[in-house]
Amino acid sequence: MGDMIIRPEDAPLVTTEVTETDVRAYTPVAGPADLRITDSTLRDGSHAMSHQFTEEQVRGVVAALDRAGVQVIEVSHGDGLGGSSFNYGFSKVDEFDLIAAAVDEAEQAKIAILMLPGLGTLGHLRRAHGVGASVARIATHCTEADVSVQHFAEARALGMETVGFLMLSHSTTPPFLAQQARIMADAGAQCVYVVDSAGALVLSDAQERIQAVLDEVGRDDVQVGFHGHQNLSLGVANSVLAFQAGARQIDGALCALGAGAGNSPTEVLAATFERMGIRTGVDLGDVLSAAEEVVRPFIPRLPWMDRASITQGYAGVYSSFLLHAERAAERYGVPAHAILQKVGEYGYVGGQEDMIIDIALQLSQEQELGDLAAAGVR
Amino acid sequence: MTNAKATAAIVGPGNIGTDLMFKLMRRSEIIEPRYMVGVDPASDGLARAKRCGLETSAEGVDWLLARGELPDIVFECTSAKAHAANAPRYAEAGILAVDLTPAAVGPYLCPPVNLSFNLDASNVNMITCGGQATVPIVHAVSSVVPVPYAEIVASVSSRSAGPGTRANIDEFTETTASAVEAVGGATVGKAIIILNPVEPPLMMRNSVFCAIPAEAGEAGPLQDQILESVHAMVRTVQEYVPGYHLRAEPQFDPARGTWRDQARIFVPIEVKGRGDYLPDYAGNLDIITAAAARVGDLMTAHRLGVETSWKSSADLGELEPDEAAVVATHQKAGV
Repeated sequence: MGDMIIRPEDAPLVTTEVTETDVRAYTPVAGPADLRITDSTLRDGSHAMSHQFTEEQVRGVVAALDRAGVQVIEVSHGDGLGGSSFNYGFSKVDEFDLIAAAVDEAEQAKIAILMLPGLGTLGHLRRAHGVGASVARIATHCTEADVSVQHFAEARALGMETVGFLMLSHSTTPPFLAQQARIMADAGAQCVYVVDSAGALVLSDAQERIQAVLDEVGRDDVQVGFHGHQNLSLGVANSVLAFQAGARQIDGALCALGAGAGNSPTEVLAATFERMGIRTGVDLGDVLSAAEEVVRPFIPRLPWMDRASITQGYAGVYSSFLLHAERAAERYGVPAHAILQKVGEYGYVGGQEDMIIDIALQLSQEQELGDLAAAGVR
Repeated sequence: MTNAKATAAIVGPGNIGTDLMFKLMRRSEIIEPRYMVGVDPASDGLARAKRCGLETSAEGVDWLLARGELPDIVFECTSAKAHAANAPRYAEAGILAVDLTPAAVGPYLCPPVNLSFNLDASNVNMITCGGQATVPIVHAVSSVVPVPYAEIVASVSSRSAGPGTRANIDEFTETTASAVEAVGGATVGKAIIILNPVEPPLMMRNSVFCAIPAEAGEAGPLQDQILESVHAMVRTVQEYVPGYHLRAEPQFDPARGTWRDQARIFVPIEVKGRGDYLPDYAGNLDIITAAAARVGDLMTAHRLGVETSWKSSADLGELEPDEAAVVATHQKAGV
């Protein structure tokens, strides 16, 4: 076929006025991007909200993120599908209703779910897919990837996009992490995340892990992602280093709404990457207003780096333990940061929230014994 | 073993099967483990069983059922799928089956709760390790007050979770949750399992949460009754799992709106293994093999119309040299 000649009469005539909505409708929302941001406000943020999200809040956040061009929005109980429980806190609204509302609200964004095998089941996964979730993020502790094999197979069979989540990645070595990523990739993960659940990775620690995982799975076209927390204030910096090491999926949350001192704020990621000339496909103005006008007003307490959450980053403690430790601290009259310090010493992993009560009881006994000793009882 | 009156076969020579073999050899007065059956000729477990004097084969259940003298009882330590296939064959041969997989062909069985109702069953299921540790507690609470919802969290050391559990972790959560309802007596049950890789390995921990009436959340006679029931149950389980104990006193929380106006009891349990074959931290494996051996023993006694007494730790004396050697090597290497 020869070169096509375009004549003036071939140009379409514009007969009506073009509105902003028309332009949006015909503009590919996500332009060429160098990385993809997944927003976890409605999943990791569930921890900071004590799992009390309402459908209205979910719809508002999804609409705002969708408009800003965020391509993946995660919605689930903070501890993943099936997390509504005594141990992790009951959801105010059934998460499947929230997922369905998010799917309904999103025009371009895909809705993702998180699940932790051992808590969430294949049944939960099928239900989430049934209400329209299209990305399955499957999380295990960073040394236990083999419990997820069944779940990746099912997600792929359902036609979902798959992401593997290696939690508390700071707690193992880069080579071991890479082996675990291999298990997930072989099971069907299309991307494997280095997840800094404790916000404990300090700069090069994050980059080395991304590099090791990418060296292992990159050759199979499996992407690598990074999920950061702000406990040591390094979520955004680690995300930039992760990108530079080859990560192509980065997690954030509006206003940092997430466990511990919160996640890498999506709006700060967008601003920082834009400033560096790295394209995220996210409109900075829109995402800033999503954070400021949609999320900020309903947050009961902004995640912050205080003694307890910094201790989490320092001692390598799963971020979602924060509010549980604060509640136990109040109930048993012992300091939250002391509980978290012990959690770090004992090496408890994500999901072991029940051990917090145990530690609080232990500390309170020691405290009583200490009081007796101080009172001269021998 | 000179008093033994019934013979047993163990199908599946892995960690569970081997631990069970030692328990029967050392503790049962009426069951003699006679056959160990596997499918891999190179299996360490088969070799070990042979050294301990059992007849062994890697030719599976076909070999077992072709024996001139069939066992009276078979302990299935394979997988749910394998047991589903084997169960009808055991039944046809008239062999009592104690199933340690999550297949649930027969009724769920938790010795201190419902053994007496199932003494005549031909196939019983041992639920899961987490189920054996927690169902008794749920039952202890639900026998005093209604329990509309119970939730259990089992934390086990990564080293003690074998490939079978890992490949099919949903079977654990679903089977345990359903036994919390069917045997524990909760209207709705939920189960969670966590694998923790920390070194040295952690003991098996179980947390039981039950929703209870608001009245029971406040100090008073109802609460005292629940406490008494829980403590009595712990003592009963200790008869066959000596390492089973409360990590702290049960904790009561008053009713909350977010709990549908129910109060809550929290019972923290630790299970220290017996070290029959597996290391102490593998309390999860110990509790299910101990329960299975106990069930086998009591059901056999019932069939034979004899009394049985389970040997307590104090009666055991020293290990046989061969046993001691394998236990030591094994504990050193980890599970």
